[in-house]
Amino acid sequence: MNWGNSLGRMITNVSLVTVWSLDQERSRDFYVDKLGFVVNTDAVMGDGFRWITVNHPDHPELEITLRPPGPPLDQEAAAFVRRELGKGHLGALGLQVDDCHKTFQELSAKGVEFVQEPADRPYGTEAIIRDDSGNWLVLVEKKEFRPLDAG
Amino acid sequence: MVLDERRTRRAVPVELLPHLRHARDRIDREYHADLDLAALAATAGISKFYFVRCFEAAYGETPMRYLTRRRLERAQDLLRLANLTITEVCMTVGFSSLGSFSAKFTRLVGESPSAYRDRWAAHGGPRVPGCFLFMRGALDLRGTASPGRAAGPGCAIPEKPGGELGQ
Repeated sequence: MNWGNSLGRMITNVSLVTVWSLDQERSRDFYVDKLGFVVNTDAVMGDGFRWITVNHPDHPELEITLRPPGPPLDQEAAAFVRRELGKGHLGALGLQVDDCHKTFQELSAKGVEFVQEPADRPYGTEAIIRDDSGNWLVLVEKKEFRPLDAG
Repeated sequence: MVLDERRTRRAVPVELLPHLRHARDRIDREYHADLDLAALAATAGISKFYFVRCFEAAYGETPMRYLTRRRLERAQDLLRLANLTITEVCMTVGFSSLGSFSAKFTRLVGESPSAYRDRWAAHGGPRVPGCFLFMRGALDLRGTASPGRAAGPGCAIPEKPGGELGQ
């Protein structure tokens, strides 16, 4: 069976990912004002349900929905997610950057919290930031991986 | 290690969690520096006593134990990847005594720093983004770091026998 071909016809790409948010407007502002994303959709559906997505300006094909811990989660589950966000245990996105050190300087100047400053790795340079809800996001500047470097 | 937060959950208001997180993130950023409880409690904006109690209730270990584990996790990372001596690794991650470093490393990781380094040298670095290992943080050989080595007893021995909770 040729999975490559059949899979290619069935699923073409990832179009939506979810990021937990404690406050959708604050998160929207964080992703737009601090990280440079753009609002894709902001729609109120009634009954307290608001759908907000953002995307990277060059990649509208991948939307990020900013989702508050609420229905269909029950109250206990939603409270659990809020606590895990508060503790800082939840990770959200990996973000590719051209120059990790430069981005670190720029985001720091904007007041973005860093968990880990840029660190060199065999495969590139990485840093870890927090979003406004406490999710950790990875900034990665990739380079060609040479296993010998790791020895 | 099973953390029974349910017993203590009510003790830590959800509003306080981001403040505890700020202190914990500071440990993650400045593990190599001389961090003491007063400084960390100040980062959280609460008294030392309350800070230790809430931090332990939220994260299952005291702030200073978390600091020790972060230093040991960073040491593991350097031993896997960097061309440094054991003493250099010890000093780089914030320990001042090689004896203390080696003892704590061995107790938590299940093998000595040199044995750990040599085992990884034979395999090369892990093909896992370091940031995920960093955030995983744990040092047990069952999870983050076990090329060709099965999980065994003694791999995740709590630093304090029995752990700090659930007694």
